[in-house]
Amino acid sequence: MHKIWLIIQREYLTRVRKKSFIIMTLLTPLLLATFMILPGLLITMSGEEETVMVLDESGLFEGKLEDKKDLRFVPLSGSLEQAKTVYQETDNTALLYIPKISIDDPKGITVYGKKNTSLQTQIRLEEALEKEIENQRFLASGLNRETLKKVEANIKLNTINLSDEGEKDNNAIITSAAGVVAAIIIYFFIFLYGVQIMRGVIEEKTNRIVEVIISSVKPFQLMMGKIIGIAAVGLTQFLLWIILSFVAVTAVSAAFGIDAAPSPMEQYQAGRVAAEGESIENLEQETPEEAAANSDEFANTIQDVTESFANLPLLLILGCFLFYFLGGYLLYGSLFGAIGAAVDNETDTQQFMMPITIPLVISFIMSYSVVLKNPDGAVAFWMSIIPFTSPIVMMVRVPFGVPAWELALSMALLVLGFIFTTWIAARIYRVGILMYGKKINYKELSKWLFYRV
Amino acid sequence: MSILKIDSVSKRYANHTALDNVSFSIPAGCIFGLLGPNGAGKTSLIRIITQITGADEGEIYFRGERLKPDHIKDMGYLPEERGLYKKMKVGEQLLYLAQLKGLSKTDATARIKGWIDRLEIREWLDKNIEDLSKGMQQKVQFIATVLHEPALIILDEPFSGFDPINANLIKDEILRLRDNGATIIFSTHRMESVEELCDNIALINRSKKVLDGPVREIKDAYKTDTFQVIGNGHLLITSPDFEVLEQHENHGVFRANVKLLNGTKPNDLLRYLIERVEIHSFVELVPSINDIFIRKVKETHHA
Repeated sequence: MHKIWLIIQREYLTRVRKKSFIIMTLLTPLLLATFMILPGLLITMSGEEETVMVLDESGLFEGKLEDKKDLRFVPLSGSLEQAKTVYQETDNTALLYIPKISIDDPKGITVYGKKNTSLQTQIRLEEALEKEIENQRFLASGLNRETLKKVEANIKLNTINLSDEGEKDNNAIITSAAGVVAAIIIYFFIFLYGVQIMRGVIEEKTNRIVEVIISSVKPFQLMMGKIIGIAAVGLTQFLLWIILSFVAVTAVSAAFGIDAAPSPMEQYQAGRVAAEGESIENLEQETPEEAAANSDEFANTIQDVTESFANLPLLLILGCFLFYFLGGYLLYGSLFGAIGAAVDNETDTQQFMMPITIPLVISFIMSYSVVLKNPDGAVAFWMSIIPFTSPIVMMVRVPFGVPAWELALSMALLVLGFIFTTWIAARIYRVGILMYGKKINYKELSKWLFYRV
Repeated sequence: MSILKIDSVSKRYANHTALDNVSFSIPAGCIFGLLGPNGAGKTSLIRIITQITGADEGEIYFRGERLKPDHIKDMGYLPEERGLYKKMKVGEQLLYLAQLKGLSKTDATARIKGWIDRLEIREWLDKNIEDLSKGMQQKVQFIATVLHEPALIILDEPFSGFDPINANLIKDEILRLRDNGATIIFSTHRMESVEELCDNIALINRSKKVLDGPVREIKDAYKTDTFQVIGNGHLLITSPDFEVLEQHENHGVFRANVKLLNGTKPNDLLRYLIERVEIHSFVELVPSINDIFIRKVKETHHA
């Protein structure tokens, strides 16, 4: 055990100290933070103080156009020609000309600018005018906004899962998201770090150090030490990514004055706003009543979301994630190690990579196309039982609720599967690492399984 | 007392036999030459001794005990295919390999210090292996092989890749290790390169042991009672006790290879010569291991 520990340490330390590891670990959260912050940042940066001169011949908007944080209105009087002259002498953003119109037929409103008026300015002015015209129409029709709010219907379906375990609240989106994210992480982890195992073995082979090492330790110890060491590297990287992403997002947004850790409410608002294709400023233009009314709605939805999360068997999901994460990695990791041992250089790995890649890719694709739509169907069932696809497919299924026996069977088979692949890999490995300059095919590999070494 | 006893060891691969019923033993504290042409089975035997692979038949005893995993820490193995982690620093690499052999970190560090001073590679300690010259890498690898002070040191083609200066340096180190009580196995197909160093040898050809024993005895067994004489004068041997195998004369200096017959002794030849010519040199012609090997192989083929 002491020797495996030494090998794990070496595999871990040499990789963690590599420049590429450090750069990847630091850069990824920064990129992530940039992508998260950038859109908001761009909106804020483009939002310089704008002053719009208003010539209102209709008199409908007198004193009604309120100044916003970065949008000021300056009323003008006189003819349009005069106004244009006055506007030309200032460095104001635009001149808004409202001819004599009625609220029933608000046409002919024009914006004059020195340059092309930006789309954003145009939208904001349109919104301000629209709102005011709507208000006036409400007044004219004797309705008010409050009444309208009461009339508006907002239906949200609560989906309840009537299963043996009793009623469960069930939000399909949250449920699938939890599983899919877990499955994606497992998929990438297996690939990224499985290939690292393979490269590590090939490196030892081409460096010809392997004979020195296995005159000190058993080939199996060397292989397992490498697999475990690289798993630790991967876990470290993921952990650092999570921590650093959080730090980076906080830091970047603090630097640019964006509320970085928005309360769930604000987050939801932002999400909703974005979903409706409205700009953030739009929110600020809401009247206090509106905002209050919206908040109620938000609060309800937030409660929904939180409830869905609470109703998800989070501990179960987390437990399954760790299990399938490690199980899947070990299952495939040893096979990657065996490939590395069988070949002399990386270009020869292609033919052996195929059978390993295919089940992974298929389970990934099927997760989206079939399993998500029908998490209890036959395809989902079998793919979540077979060890080669279960780490990904089962993870997608777990949040929807999986009978205990299926989970138990799947886990037991995964353990057996990884013992089996490790056995195969160890046999290929011990022969392969000392074999040079021989083109290996599957027939040759299968012979190695039964060599007495 | 033998440190290693190889008892009827056989090893077969899918389509050839690497070792066929090989037996010999290696005395403790000697330098042992494991000799034979390429593909004779030397490396297979070494891999069985170092427990990289197992024998199909037969047993190996290390210090009288059947070979077991624990013995690994008492062996140091320098494979023919040298290699180190390219992107690892010299110091770290030595430490790692020594720890894999069961050395504690403090012991290993202290010993590394001693070795790098003796082989003058102190300034390379923090360099990556890939930045070192080939000869330098060989030195590092040699240190890694002997750092845990193994009782049995196995060197496969030890001098390939060394320039003459470093080869001599390593030779001296090997002799020093032997004097400190270690047993050294040289495995090589270049027999002349180790002849002068070896105390004992075993010859292997086509997976079979051809011959083994102390070099002295083997040579005695194979010597032909032939002497080379160089001197002034005109040499003419007429005695039936001596047979001239070869004779050259040049500007009054002669050189002749003379074989003793009928149980005569070297001194008889000397006495016979002294009366006739002026002798400058009188040397016994001892067959080289290479000659013996070729003769032996021919014999076994004809047999």
